[in-house]
Amino acid sequence: MASYSTNEFRSGLKVLLDGDPCIMLENEFVKPGKGQAFNRVKLRNLMNNRQWERTFKSGESLEAADVVEQDMEYLYTDGEFWHFMLTDGSFEQYPADAKAVSDALKWLKEQDVYTVTLYNGAPLTVTPPNFVELEVVETDPGMKGDTAQGGSKPATLSTGAVVSVPLFITIGEVLKVDTRSGDYVNRVKSS
Amino acid sequence: MKNQPDWQPTAARAALKCRAQQSAFVRGFFSQRDVLEVETPVLGRCGVTDPNLDGIFAQVSAQGVEGGWLQTSPEYHMKRLLAASVGSIYQISKVFRNGERGRRHNPEFSMLEWYRIGFDDEALMAEVADLVCSWLNCPRPKTISYRQAMLDWAGIDPFIIPDEDLRQRCQQWLEPEQLEDLSRDGCLDLLMSFAVEPNLGTETPVFINQYPASQASLARTSNVDGFDVAHRFELYIDGLELCNGYWELTNACEQRARFEADNCLRADAGKPETGIDGAFLAAIEHGLPDCAGVALGLDRLLMLKMGTRNIADVLTFPLERA
Repeated sequence: MASYSTNEFRSGLKVLLDGDPCIMLENEFVKPGKGQAFNRVKLRNLMNNRQWERTFKSGESLEAADVVEQDMEYLYTDGEFWHFMLTDGSFEQYPADAKAVSDALKWLKEQDVYTVTLYNGAPLTVTPPNFVELEVVETDPGMKGDTAQGGSKPATLSTGAVVSVPLFITIGEVLKVDTRSGDYVNRVKSS
Repeated sequence: MKNQPDWQPTAARAALKCRAQQSAFVRGFFSQRDVLEVETPVLGRCGVTDPNLDGIFAQVSAQGVEGGWLQTSPEYHMKRLLAASVGSIYQISKVFRNGERGRRHNPEFSMLEWYRIGFDDEALMAEVADLVCSWLNCPRPKTISYRQAMLDWAGIDPFIIPDEDLRQRCQQWLEPEQLEDLSRDGCLDLLMSFAVEPNLGTETPVFINQYPASQASLARTSNVDGFDVAHRFELYIDGLELCNGYWELTNACEQRARFEADNCLRADAGKPETGIDGAFLAAIEHGLPDCAGVALGLDRLLMLKMGTRNIADVLTFPLERA
């Protein structure tokens, strides 16, 4: 496997640190004019999402991590694995385990496209798009006329996600939701 | 999606204008003091032996000369001029240091370097203060010894702390296995960069002087309070290292010995040995007049003037866009 020396460090680089794949978030070069150079690096551990700050001496190197991000369509789940397929026309399929899909699980809709991070060829994480459109399958009856007053109620979406929505939302409507915050954005014209 | 390279400059027009004013100010300053402006080669035949500086090799080929180095500093050439009895001189030049890129570094940068015949480090520090403080309108620097700065901010005495305790202190930043092959001076540099430097010059500018003799580089050394210290100083403003000056070493034997020691350190660090600059040593042997010299980073001076923490704001095209 290739490795990167401190001169090649930059944000976005995927490296192995203490055996775990990490993504470099920041790299600051520190050096007294006549002295030893160091790199102060912020990384995110892709296994547990924890942030690390580490210092390296100039000339040290880190092994490259075989991490790639690919667009894949969600196909189905067999209960143990969630199956995704490359959208590049190869129809190649990848089974993701519960840990990999955990963050995306409540937004997973068949035929939608997700970003799948592969580590050594296996799905490590599945990231939903920033916005998804999902149908309301359960909520209290809508109250017309209350539109501008605020006030909210819970609504269950087709994927099982529960989001807080305005009072006028009714079952069967399709909503646009921000997956990063879990917030309702707006109604989408239902088809 | 970025398909096209970034062609635009990273510096605003205001920064370009300020740089032009800065250059004019510097030239005015030295003209008033009768210091001669000179130009020396950016492309030289030799590199430096300094274990922490990497020049950039240039594949020049002309008149039987094969290969050269983009200079890390105009020091050797300027000292050859001094040995040729030209008197006090200054230069504004581009210098090159491989691998150095960050918010305060670019591998190519602008240096102001000057030498004053008959000055010692104290006299030159006063002149640096005159230049910097009148350009930045800042209070005159106070002076703290390297030892005191380390005691105050890193909590260690750099001259007497045992190696083991020093390594222990460094474990705040480096793993024990990373420290195994870090030299004593490397450990001190770590503490200087991470524990001391951020605190320097935050209220008023600060000169650090009396560096350990092991970090003398091209400065003469003497014994102060029982410790061998270098007549070397640096100026810090707002945590930013601005210049590095010496009461210059004039002893050719000592100079050659330091170059050879440098090359040993380079070999230990797995870096290629650098050929010792024979023309420079010959000039020192001929006789370097008693003088003090200093190199000041003009891009950083401009950063302070403009109030930015990012060198890209004062460079037209930093390396990635150059």
